[in-house]
Amino acid sequence: MTEFQENQLLDARGLLCPMPIVKAGKVMRGMDDGEILKIIATDRGSIVDFPAWCEDTGNELLEWHEEDDGLVFFIKKVEEEDW
Amino acid sequence: MLETDSLTQDDVRQIVREEIKRAFKKDPARKNLSMVASKGTLDWAYPPLILATAGAAANMDAAIFFTFYGLNIIHKDFEKKLLVAPTGNPAMPMPVPMPDVITGMPGMKAFATGMMKSMFSKKGVATIKELLDVAMEMEVRLIACQMTMDVFGYEESDFLDGVEFGGAAAFLSDARKSHVTLFI
Repeated sequence: MTEFQENQLLDARGLLCPMPIVKAGKVMRGMDDGEILKIIATDRGSIVDFPAWCEDTGNELLEWHEEDDGLVFFIKKVEEEDW
Repeated sequence: MLETDSLTQDDVRQIVREEIKRAFKKDPARKNLSMVASKGTLDWAYPPLILATAGAAANMDAAIFFTFYGLNIIHKDFEKKLLVAPTGNPAMPMPVPMPDVITGMPGMKAFATGMMKSMFSKKGVATIKELLDVAMEMEVRLIACQMTMDVFGYEESDFLDGVEFGGAAAFLSDARKSHVTLFI
């Protein structure tokens, strides 16, 4: 288990789908390329939703694990490349 | 410039594969989500709003076309209009089993609606108002079906600020540019 130094923290505990994703999307919009967002969530659906969301947005899921107070995700913002 | 002389057939295949993969990623239709919301009860108001806001959070351009009873969802009085009826709905969880002659009695719709709202709030599900606010903030396009509005006698001013108006051709024009299209 690796701990990353986050630039922003999102406490999504107690929220159910789609709110953890919606809130993460909103915070990410205001972040710069390469910055790290730490999310704590209690919605079990997040385990599947955050990896899928990362695949679709191009952001990188660095690591996730379970702690006593919730599921912890570290996601790195990756700006979409122009083509 | 590519030095084609030194490229093997496998190199070319590899390059083509990577370029196709990138092209798929850049397919504009991949970013578009077009839905029809046709139902006007509290329970059925959730799926289109959940999917549209989740799509917007994944950088999709989401649009919902509200038709027939779905217009209730974007009506200014959506709080009063979105109800759930236990009658004829055996899937609706009730505290005790009740026959339709009981659930069809006056006040039962309000009771079932209140029950669903309190269950959702206890579990941490967003309210319809919260989802609508998020949808507007994230620029989800909410489009009211003009034809149904005319049939039901609605005016543009009956709907939430920011709602657009359109017809079947407008929806299809969006839908043909969207990989994700759903009828709810």
